[in-house]
Amino acid sequence: MKTILKTTALVALSAAPAFADKSDDTLNVAFTKELENVDSYFNSSREGVVLQRAVWDGLIYRDPETNEYVGNLATSWEWVDDTTLEFKLREGVTFHNGEPFNADDVVYTVNYVAKEENGVKTQRNVNWMESAEKIDEYTVRINLKDKFPAAIEFLSGPVSMYPDEYYAEAGPSGMGLKPVGTGPYKVVDVTPGQHFVLEKNEDYHDSPKGEPEITNIDIRTIPDVNTQMAEIFSGSLDFIWQVPADQAEKLATMDQFTVANASTMRVGYLQMDAAGRSGEDNPFTNAKVRAAVNHAINRQELVDALLKGESTVINTACFPSQFGCAQDVTSYEYDPEKARELLAEAGYPDGFETEFYAYRDRQYAEAIVSYLGEVGIETDFKMLQYSALRELNMDGEVPISFQTWGSYSINDASAMVSQYFKHGTLDSARDDQLLEWLDVADSSTDPETRVEYYTKALQRIADEAYWAPMFSYNTNYVFTKEVTYEPTPDEVLRFVDMSWQ
Amino acid sequence: MLPFILKRLGLALLVAFTVSFISFLLLFLSGDPAAALAGETASGEDIEAIRRVYGFDRPMLVQYGEWLVSALQGDFGESYYFKLPVAGLIAERLQVTMILGVCGISFALLTAVPLGVAAAIRPNSIVDRVALFMSVAGQAMPSFWFGLILIVVFAIQLGMLPPSGAETWRHFILPTVVLGYYAMPAIMRLTRAGMLDTLNSDYIRTARAKGAGEGRVLFKHALRNAIIPVVSLAAVQMGFMLGGSIVVESVFALHGAGYLAWESIARNDLPTVQALILVFSMFYIVFTFLADVLNAWLDPRMRSA
Repeated sequence: MKTILKTTALVALSAAPAFADKSDDTLNVAFTKELENVDSYFNSSREGVVLQRAVWDGLIYRDPETNEYVGNLATSWEWVDDTTLEFKLREGVTFHNGEPFNADDVVYTVNYVAKEENGVKTQRNVNWMESAEKIDEYTVRINLKDKFPAAIEFLSGPVSMYPDEYYAEAGPSGMGLKPVGTGPYKVVDVTPGQHFVLEKNEDYHDSPKGEPEITNIDIRTIPDVNTQMAEIFSGSLDFIWQVPADQAEKLATMDQFTVANASTMRVGYLQMDAAGRSGEDNPFTNAKVRAAVNHAINRQELVDALLKGESTVINTACFPSQFGCAQDVTSYEYDPEKARELLAEAGYPDGFETEFYAYRDRQYAEAIVSYLGEVGIETDFKMLQYSALRELNMDGEVPISFQTWGSYSINDASAMVSQYFKHGTLDSARDDQLLEWLDVADSSTDPETRVEYYTKALQRIADEAYWAPMFSYNTNYVFTKEVTYEPTPDEVLRFVDMSWQ
Repeated sequence: MLPFILKRLGLALLVAFTVSFISFLLLFLSGDPAAALAGETASGEDIEAIRRVYGFDRPMLVQYGEWLVSALQGDFGESYYFKLPVAGLIAERLQVTMILGVCGISFALLTAVPLGVAAAIRPNSIVDRVALFMSVAGQAMPSFWFGLILIVVFAIQLGMLPPSGAETWRHFILPTVVLGYYAMPAIMRLTRAGMLDTLNSDYIRTARAKGAGEGRVLFKHALRNAIIPVVSLAAVQMGFMLGGSIVVESVFALHGAGYLAWESIARNDLPTVQALILVFSMFYIVFTFLADVLNAWLDPRMRSA
């Protein structure tokens, strides 16, 4: 691969300058993964989030820089009680098909997605809502199933508003082929999984997202990163993202490209079977062994050598920018000697053997495995398909694994720590104390109480070394010098923020 | 002839459905369909909900039976992943694969057969050596690498052809060469071996003895016999190209059926995989059948079989 890249790079340097697309006001973008369905409730892809933010709007908007919540399709909102939110809606907004936006649309969308039988793919994004009711033409209430303080965050992110008449008729399949929203871009053409053409919405309302500048966005799915590079060299692409670190480094040395790096909310960590589900005698039930694992790995070296960019070492079971993600917890510095001592104290003076699972980023997982080997933890390394590992994990058959979690870009600690430590199918600790504290933190409407209880829980997770948090991920955006774009740390590509130089 | 064809077809259907059952079973064994469908970002609770909604919690045989009943009625269901009817999805993706397959095999035959004949006329000559070199290289070179090299040379450096995509005929030139080159060596070696064999046989000597021209000897007498195993091989290669041009489709961003199959397996998209497997097995069956007919036309001795 590297040789190819060098060849590609050398050839490109000697090639004629790429032709411009600024001239026809069309930005050519590549996706790597085939997006399943443009209907944002029926995909779970990063690509889907990108299109969702371009095509649809939520009631609320979170400024990606300041993390402040402002109204978008709603102009104001208030908590009527702990489980009821009331919204005043923006007037004069129309969907791309001309349908006016009003309370009926909110009621229909919420009631549709909240109903489990309708099979929304990302249940977590919607299953906290019970129903919605219309108060008047521009006032609507959303009823929650239970107390859920992260509601505002979800309403500013994955929950977007659909046109009721159109959606009732088209359904998810129709919406996937001919998406209709209120967003800054309208979809003019969809070839499922392969090709998406967007056009600026000239009538976009006065939204905090801002006015779109580039007229046409042409997105093609090109699975091979090398081919994407060839396309950007030949001038038929203007923008690629999720470019691997080593390739981005080389592209950064060339004059015709801008390489921007931004962190993402994805966190890599080792999950260990503290609850003993994979066998009572498994070494990871011993807190000293788990602490030894934490001490054994040189995370800074992993970040410097492999992840690079904006990645950082992570010490907690959440992403630092998330609300409630306390950073002041026990951390484990790299100390292989101490790791060996701890293993000896735990009764494994000569180390032990274990199965080690991973489902992505083989090179990171292999590096971690070699650190473990250094302190005497011999691993039988198994790389599985994501779904196969998930199944083993849910059945409690995984002693230790390298996992990652992106929190759906939800900027609230509940999107990570509460996912994994509340006795769900993927909880490897099964700690009753944590369940109790996290319940308080998740359902309290008082921010201070939430912070207090998340901190307690995160502190306990660190003390017990239930996980070995590793690092945050980053992503590289590469675009031609004609394009101006400032990526945000949440890995959401915002076409509305892009413009020509 | 008709009972023969019907018998073959009946057998083919049986094979196709056996294959579909095995693939259904394998997909279930390879990973949890609910987890695959929910995607990497799903929580444990998401997966449970999807399991209930899609009915993955029911016995596998019941699910297979359900699929079979609707498939027999021509309803292949909706792709779990794309939320679109499978039939339309496959029809769309097959177009690209068909064009690529036909072009690829044509390219392979048009280059490999003449080269094979030329190599056989003068064994161990420079022509033979070059042909041997080309076939070894074609066999040894990974197609993704060859594809990227072609992109670098023809799309970036020379700027003659587009690097990827499927919009115009020009987009198909590079993938055709890569796919065809991959199939070429076997066809060429087989042509060469067959020609050498027939050229040394008695009836060729007879033909020459009775004064037939060299061209007539080569093409009318020798090639017609030597080509028979090549036809069978080409049919298999064609089936292979239609079902398995995954690498080429991926490198050139041609969203064809091969790539769809590959991705659908990873996504445990049962309805799509099942329908594709049926389509692919039908391809193999049809092409081997066509090869038999062609061979029977080429060699009258085979018509009685």
